[in-house]
Amino acid sequence: MTTLTGRALADAVHAQALTTVPATGALKLSWLLLAFPLFGAVVLLVGGRRTNRWGHLLGVAMPVAAFVYGAIAYFTLLGDTNREQDRHLYTYILVGRFQANVNLLIDPLSICFILLITGVGSLIIIYSVGYMAHDPARRKFFGYMNLFIASMLLLVLADNYLVLYVGWEGVGLASYLLIGFWQDRNSAAVAAKKAFVVNRVGDAGLTLAIFLMFSAFGTVSFTGVFHQVPSGGSGVATALGFLLLLGACGKSAQVPLQSWLLDAMEGPTPVSALIHAATMVTAGVYLLVRSNPILAVAPDARIGVAVVGTVTLLFGGIIASAKDDIKKSLAGSTMSQIGYMTLGAGLGPEGYVFAIALLLAHGFYKAGLFLGSGSVIHAMDDEQDMRRYGGLYRVMPATYVTFGLAYLAIIGIPPFSGFFTKDPIIEGDFTQHGTGGWILGICALLGAGITAFYMTRMMLMTWYGKRRWEAEAHPHESPAVMVWPMIILAIGSVGAGAFLIINDRLQNFLAPVVGVPPVSHGFVTPAGIVALVLALAAVGLAWLMYGRIPVAAVAPQGNPLVTAARKDLYGDAFNESVLMRPGQWLTRLSVYFDNRGVDGLVNTTAALIGGTSGRWRRLQNGFVRSYALSMLAGGVVLVALLLAVRL
Amino acid sequence: MSPVHYVALSVILFVIGAVGVLVRRNAIVVFMCIELMLNACNLAFVAFARMRGNLDGQVIAFFVMVVAAAEVVVGLAILMAVYRARRSASVDDANLLKY
Repeated sequence: MTTLTGRALADAVHAQALTTVPATGALKLSWLLLAFPLFGAVVLLVGGRRTNRWGHLLGVAMPVAAFVYGAIAYFTLLGDTNREQDRHLYTYILVGRFQANVNLLIDPLSICFILLITGVGSLIIIYSVGYMAHDPARRKFFGYMNLFIASMLLLVLADNYLVLYVGWEGVGLASYLLIGFWQDRNSAAVAAKKAFVVNRVGDAGLTLAIFLMFSAFGTVSFTGVFHQVPSGGSGVATALGFLLLLGACGKSAQVPLQSWLLDAMEGPTPVSALIHAATMVTAGVYLLVRSNPILAVAPDARIGVAVVGTVTLLFGGIIASAKDDIKKSLAGSTMSQIGYMTLGAGLGPEGYVFAIALLLAHGFYKAGLFLGSGSVIHAMDDEQDMRRYGGLYRVMPATYVTFGLAYLAIIGIPPFSGFFTKDPIIEGDFTQHGTGGWILGICALLGAGITAFYMTRMMLMTWYGKRRWEAEAHPHESPAVMVWPMIILAIGSVGAGAFLIINDRLQNFLAPVVGVPPVSHGFVTPAGIVALVLALAAVGLAWLMYGRIPVAAVAPQGNPLVTAARKDLYGDAFNESVLMRPGQWLTRLSVYFDNRGVDGLVNTTAALIGGTSGRWRRLQNGFVRSYALSMLAGGVVLVALLLAVRL
Repeated sequence: MSPVHYVALSVILFVIGAVGVLVRRNAIVVFMCIELMLNACNLAFVAFARMRGNLDGQVIAFFVMVVAAAEVVVGLAILMAVYRARRSASVDDANLLKY
């Protein structure tokens, strides 16, 4: 056993080892959370065309039912003194001393996610009723959406890494199906495949982490791993931390596994909203925050997490600033925001609670932004290029207002939710030791400015300025079934941050799981003020570039950074040249070696034997007299040998 | 006349028979040459029996005669069948069974 360094030990004391009690009361029914959406998915996908007529109603009802149960569970948990409850369903694997149970863990962290997934998920699904109204495969779409929600719920409800992995893969599958929902488009099929393949790379990290847990601790349950990890040596903890980070990078689209997220915009817009707000990309952050006892004893891994988050938040912001496709710009924005959450998780106990707060607030405003963009795309006949928008605020007032509120939330204007949730993470960077903390903090501040820039750019290009529509475009406000979810999400965007942060509500609620931040900050911090000033300056800059002068209908050349950002900062080119091409060379080399080396050896031997026997066969010429000659020769040789031996 | 002369005669007969088998094409002649070789062996057996003073060689000579008789029966029957099928008694014409 290695001794822990002083700081790691101090962190280990902060870390909360999970102890659970069997669920009681209403929480005994927590399997309903999985059962509802799973039932919806099975009925819609197995039922086939018979369910076409009423399929979307069932598809909406099931997540809503899960949300209702989630709310009941939440209030039950609030009224209970013991807030970490386990509902045993059945034993999944029992081999020797190893046991993996399918248990549902209801604790403050998972209930936050349950409410987010089912709540925001339900709103998005209700919205889809309008958005997908004319799609011939609408029933299948709702089936997949239910499957997505069920997988994500399994992911957050699992009480061990193995079952979490089942949900994790389910999310990967559902995202593949939904990104490639319009699979008749080649680009959608390719994007789905890309998302799946890139996610597999991250999954490998999680798989290896589970293997390592099993070999080091003999268990994969949260309770077992978290109790043993402080005494398991810092090497194992660090390795686990980095492997989990790799897993989180894949699902949460963090650098270097970010490339799938931008292409994932090929799916229908509600899918993008679901992937970006409620499910999928939040899974990585959940994994990291859930594994906080591991990160607590692996300070190196935590630095890695913080660096990945910081790089991604700049990376995503730069991409978002250059994209003209409204959905791709929002996708870059998601990368950037998830980067903030990852950075928060990398800060340790100072950041976990704010990472979750930002995640919840982001769930509202990003879903609002995506649904708003979907509403615009719907109105503009599937036009996604912001250079073809402009002046839409008069035509679509409801979408405009909800989108605008989400905009104010994301750029961190007080008192909207981004201000309350993002600034503590920026402030937390500066409290880290050494210059590293300052570097992280300055990058995060820069990110805040970039966020304000690209969001203002999006606002100006979409809603203001001259109308640059196509001649045949007749934009109109979306139907009520699409507007109401956006209104509810806008309310969330406005209020969620204040609700979670004021009075330390979320902090106290999550304290049993992630601990308490050692230092408490006020609402108005120096970093927060700088972030606000930077954001306002960026808004001004964006106005100078896109508001004061008319937006060009054709994208101008731009400087090298813009060109790079339009190409996703060469993320695909990097993957192609560093991973894909060497991989192809490797396979080609292997094929060559197989054909020439292995097959060559075998074939040469066979040809040698075949050829030789072909020659020898000629001796069998059918002439009796030549056989007689060879017999005679043989006899002579035998006799000669006998004589030679005798002499 | 010492028994060695009989052995020498046996060698001469055997060689004549062997060369006949190798160089003649007519199956009947080949057959007769085989008989010549068998009888050369018989002569050698009898001569050695005489030299050694026991009966083993003479007994074996009888066995060889019996085998030769049986062989002639089977061989001539095959020869007849081949001749009927191919209208030729040449051993070189019966060369279908080959590579």
